[in-house]
Amino acid sequence: MTYGLCILLFLIGLYAVVTKRNLIKIVIGFIIMENAVNLLLIMLGYRLGGRAPIIWKNAAGAADLTGFANSSVDPLPQALVLTSIVISLGVTALMVAICLRVYQRYGTFDISKIRRLKG
Amino acid sequence: MNNFLIPFFVILPLGAAFIVALVPKHLNKVADAIANVSAFLLLVASAYVCMNNVSGVYFVGGWKIPIGINMALDGFSALMLLIISIITVASSIYSISYMEQFTWKSKFYCLFLLMVTGMNGVVLSGDFFNIFVFLEIASIASYALVGYGCRHEELEATFKYLALGNLGALCVLLGVAFVYGLTGTLNMADFSIRTAGNLNNGLLVALGLFIIGFGLKAALVPMHAWLPDAHPSAPTPISAMLSGVFIKATGVYALVRVSLNIFPAMQVTHEIILALGGLSMVVGVFMAIGQWDFKRLLAYHSISQIGYVMIGIGLGTPLGILGGIFHLINHAAFKSLLFLGAGSVEYETGTRQLRQMGGLSRQMPVTASSTLVASLAISGLPPFNGFFSKVIIIWACVQAHRYGYAVAAVVVSVMTIASFMKVQKYAFFGALKSKWEKVKEVPATMRIAMVFLAVLCLLMSLLIVPGAREVVLQPAVDSIIAGTNYVTHAGGL
Repeated sequence: MTYGLCILLFLIGLYAVVTKRNLIKIVIGFIIMENAVNLLLIMLGYRLGGRAPIIWKNAAGAADLTGFANSSVDPLPQALVLTSIVISLGVTALMVAICLRVYQRYGTFDISKIRRLKG
Repeated sequence: MNNFLIPFFVILPLGAAFIVALVPKHLNKVADAIANVSAFLLLVASAYVCMNNVSGVYFVGGWKIPIGINMALDGFSALMLLIISIITVASSIYSISYMEQFTWKSKFYCLFLLMVTGMNGVVLSGDFFNIFVFLEIASIASYALVGYGCRHEELEATFKYLALGNLGALCVLLGVAFVYGLTGTLNMADFSIRTAGNLNNGLLVALGLFIIGFGLKAALVPMHAWLPDAHPSAPTPISAMLSGVFIKATGVYALVRVSLNIFPAMQVTHEIILALGGLSMVVGVFMAIGQWDFKRLLAYHSISQIGYVMIGIGLGTPLGILGGIFHLINHAAFKSLLFLGAGSVEYETGTRQLRQMGGLSRQMPVTASSTLVASLAISGLPPFNGFFSKVIIIWACVQAHRYGYAVAAVVVSVMTIASFMKVQKYAFFGALKSKWEKVKEVPATMRIAMVFLAVLCLLMSLLIVPGAREVVLQPAVDSIIAGTNYVTHAGGL
């Protein structure tokens, strides 16, 4: 169910990218899509009532690995999402910079008016 | 066993990229030197790897898989590394003079080397998520390079490329999420073992997402819309890199590796690859034949030639895969050479329109003759390399009883000849137009790069000779056919 909502969010972003004519709205669509995928990744590692994935010591003073495996959330997707957020930040910054340059050259954000390449 | 040569291919260009970025504006020569030396070192290392058939695995940080990250090198990766390095060397030599038109060369070389880092990383990476990361490193650098000139058309092409490329990357990331959610592993070898050929519906969705994502990067029709805009808009050495190796390393390599090696090679996957390849081959050449912009024509031919590669590999027979791989490296050589030739003409005359050129072979003999070599090679005329790979692909189609694809391949080849006869006639042959009488040959470094690739176009046809074939091409073919081999020796399991 929650996974389905992430996919729905992804599709909403895709809808914005495909149908919108304003460059900034297309960029926003991409941001929605990126966040949908990031949310999906986080959801995969989520556990209801789970603990932060840091190994703690048990009463005997040793690392409590069984307790860790039984109650903590999956740390790997969090690492993946961290990487993917950085990448999407880079892509978004580049995209906005190009929108800015396009606006300087063409004087518009409307993609139906930015059409010099044909064929 | 750790093979320390493997991370070298990523570390060297990555380190060089950040060092070259620090070079100030008035020391452009230093930037040239750093980029060219690192490209040359990569060529030496990859030639060593390819000739000695080195294969192995490197565990990053010493963590064994499936916990750690690994980089794997096998025959297919080694061949890709070699061809990436060859085109990198040619492009970076060419850039020495060509990039003088732009002011700050070190910024260009920084992005250029980051793109090489990304491509080498995709080719060597052993897990799904790192393929995505390196794909994005290469892609972000290439987005910035396509819009490097910041003119109207370039910015428009960049946005188009950025939007579609980002869509492809997001599809790949979504596929990675599906794979992790359903199998609990990201390592490709481990994934292959855990699924053991049994795919549930979720994994089929993931496979579909990977095919869409990597297909977008490989510009397979109907996902090709960005390529004819993006490739001509980039500075010429980058056009050569993008068409020559970028679409192959991030598109074809990743698609073939994931869909045929890691996911079990199913009949339906072969059919999809064949259909996409056939469509690209035919549509690409039909679009190309009507073009009058030199670089745009070449870009459409890239789509068409990638179709040949995909058909060869999609057949799944050893001969077909051999033809596909052989055509892949041949196309890298002659298409880069054609782009460099088109760039040289543009450098001297300032136009890309074929109708405005004419008779340039007298003024620019080196450019004209090397472009002629490349035109003959891409048209598939003997004794150039393109002839042999096309013949192998067509013969493999006949052997596999796919007569429709064989006929299409022959027809497309004839149309390719027609469109390159047009290029030669309008650009280089005929009477010299009076306004081009002062046109000179391009500077020496640009000529060296073109002659290097032209010689390569001729020499690569020798790869088909028994003896050379076993060393260079056969390991790559074997590693595609035996998908499980990848698991045992690259995974270290």
